[in-house]
Amino acid sequence: MGESRSSLRRGFRVIAVMAAFSLVAAACGSSSSTSSSSGSKTSGSVANTASAPGITPTSILLGSHQPLTGPAAPGYSEIGPAIEAFFQYLNAHGGIYGRSVTFKYLDDGYNPANTVQVVRKLVLQDNVYAILGGLGTPTHTAVVNFLNQNKVPDLFVASGCNCWNEPKVHPYTYGWEPDYIIEGKVLGAYIKDHFAGMKVGVLYQNDDFGGGGLIGIKQMLPASQIVSAQPYDPTTLTNGLGTQVAALQAAGAQVVVLFTIPAATALALLSMAVLGYHPTTVSSSVSSDPTTLAGLVSNFSKGKVGASALNGLYTLDYLPMSSATSDPWIQLFLKIHSQYDSKEPVDGNMVYGMAMAYYFTLAMRAAGQNPTRQDLINAINSQGATWTGPGLVPLGYSATQHLGFMGAEVLQLNGAGGASVVSPDYVTNVQGPVTTHASVEGPVPSWLQ
Amino acid sequence: MEESMVEAKPEPKQLPAAQQPQGPRRLFGQPLVRNVIVGVVALVLFYLLIGHLSQYRIYQLSQVGPYLIALVGLSVLTGQNGQISLGHGALMAIGAWTLTLMQLHTKSPLWLMLIASALVTMVFGALLGLVAARLRGPYLAGATLALALGLPDITTRYQSVFGGYQGLEVSQPNAPSFLGAAATPTEWLAIIEMICVVVVMILFANLLRSRVGRKFRAVRDDEIATQVSGISVPRTQVLAFALSAAAAGLGGGLFALVSGNVSPGGYTVVLSISLLAAMVIGGTGTLAGAVWGALIMVYVPGWATTLSQKLSLNQSVSANLALAIYGFLLVAIIMVAPVGVQGIVRLVIFKIRNLRKEPG
Repeated sequence: MGESRSSLRRGFRVIAVMAAFSLVAAACGSSSSTSSSSGSKTSGSVANTASAPGITPTSILLGSHQPLTGPAAPGYSEIGPAIEAFFQYLNAHGGIYGRSVTFKYLDDGYNPANTVQVVRKLVLQDNVYAILGGLGTPTHTAVVNFLNQNKVPDLFVASGCNCWNEPKVHPYTYGWEPDYIIEGKVLGAYIKDHFAGMKVGVLYQNDDFGGGGLIGIKQMLPASQIVSAQPYDPTTLTNGLGTQVAALQAAGAQVVVLFTIPAATALALLSMAVLGYHPTTVSSSVSSDPTTLAGLVSNFSKGKVGASALNGLYTLDYLPMSSATSDPWIQLFLKIHSQYDSKEPVDGNMVYGMAMAYYFTLAMRAAGQNPTRQDLINAINSQGATWTGPGLVPLGYSATQHLGFMGAEVLQLNGAGGASVVSPDYVTNVQGPVTTHASVEGPVPSWLQ
Repeated sequence: MEESMVEAKPEPKQLPAAQQPQGPRRLFGQPLVRNVIVGVVALVLFYLLIGHLSQYRIYQLSQVGPYLIALVGLSVLTGQNGQISLGHGALMAIGAWTLTLMQLHTKSPLWLMLIASALVTMVFGALLGLVAARLRGPYLAGATLALALGLPDITTRYQSVFGGYQGLEVSQPNAPSFLGAAATPTEWLAIIEMICVVVVMILFANLLRSRVGRKFRAVRDDEIATQVSGISVPRTQVLAFALSAAAAGLGGGLFALVSGNVSPGGYTVVLSISLLAAMVIGGTGTLAGAVWGALIMVYVPGWATTLSQKLSLNQSVSANLALAIYGFLLVAIIMVAPVGVQGIVRLVIFKIRNLRKEPG
């Protein structure tokens, strides 16, 4: 060691750089924080404690990755602000066991490589208690193993991939949307009931989202009825979808099912208009929001086409429409929107984000006053299936199933930005048959009023 | 030992002036011995350092390694051999998918997968070098840019093999038992990387002092004179491209391990351009400059995010702030300090030495 130390003084440039390397790292390392001391008391007999990472006696820190820029940003960039707005309203109404909730959402640009980075930052540096509503199938796939290895609750992934419902492999991960196979089955069941014998074409995103939907449709319809299935990549959306739509037209599809993100749905509808092709269009819940779609259609056509392009589109929903102003949940969400979220539009993404934040609040209340991360998991496994709120269909949470909403109802959009419900609730799971069901929407609890 | 690893002639007096060890450094003896000692000391310091860091800081540090190794390759290609490459991000992707596919389909040990990442990419680099040797300046930049633009799309075209837009998952190796039960995969990866960094730095440092290094520089400085001296210019250029690609491939393989995922979104043309910018900012052609460049690539985007959050900038601005900072630094560095950060460091060290000498 003595000899090498004397060598160091010789000033070889690499060692100087290595030293600087260490300095930078050490300087950065010193800024990492630790949790604060306990002390403050709430009304109950038991004091709040810092019971888990991200939880202090007065606060809960949650994280999320959201597409604030990039191909999925149109529409979806509103979900993060909506979740945050709900928590701000909740904090003003007493929070959860007196704790205020902070929701920190970072931009990943819908790029899995960025998701890896921002989620590690949230978990390892910011020390979040849980990840809530991480958005996207390709993006969240890149971090689901990391979150489960680190035992971080990974709640209500904003994606309908069936891959979140694997409690044995990913015990900390829970789905939220009806998975895409279920959506495919519901759409297939509706087509079977109402458009029997018509030629069906499918336009789908070339990943687990679109692929899952295609599986579901194929389960419900005979192979001969599906005349064409056209994939697209989200990265190549800038080229438009003219080729795929032309292929569907050439195959003579009378009903076109769209397993597409909102931007792709808008492009497909415009391509149909350009080609003079007017099939019956049926879309997954991913593109169910008329406000978002109308905005995109108008944007892509440079204002030439508006909401009229959506007239007659069938779609799915498992939450009330933002235009249903007589619904008590929509009334609550509009109140929250005007107070905390007024920069963002009132649309389905707002309902989606706020509803998700509400179900998270139910889970936290059920996990107890001083919950560990495991307490939250246990609460969802034992009670999740009984929770009611804005959801129209039941949730599928149990110790052996981490499935979110177990079905949907079919809506038909009109050209004026509204929609009407045209079916009862279809309820199913991945393997079972499709059954019809009455809505399970519950009342707004008093602690939110 | 040094004879077996380096084909260098023991005649340091004949080295070109720029690379010649000066002053007290001569006492250090053989370059290889000296570099190995420095490398081992750096490894030990690094090992002690990560014991004091949070997991996130270690994760951040372990991102430096892959960029650093790729930058060493790029810097040698451009700074020492005079060839430009806008395709090193794509070469990193080749290394990354090589490692991932090996992990998925074979039960190879980690060291073998890393070596394969380097070798497979080296083969691609040699092929690219064959093209590159016929091209100069902007045409070479164009050809390599085409690779950077086109290669990520192959992964979505052949989705069943390469995983498409979603990419493939990469599992991280568990820490070996001799590091203790508390050692995490993140820490173990950081150590693996530091070992790779040290090995690559030593290999390239010695390569540059060898006959091969002198050939590289001869081609860079005057192709006609080099050819007249009986050295094949195209062969030297292909060799430089192959070795540079091997480094990029190893960097890519390590990057896949650190990320736990490979997807085309991580290896876009932006990566290639960031590498080039980081190389120039750090100091083209110097190994130490690659260290600065890699640190900039890892830490500047983080600082940019923090800054834009503090200023509460619009999302579309903040998503591109890091690139804007690269651009600004690039212009500033080229105008103020053409040899980059390392040039400034050298100047400062030089001034300090002169200050010390004058009174004595």
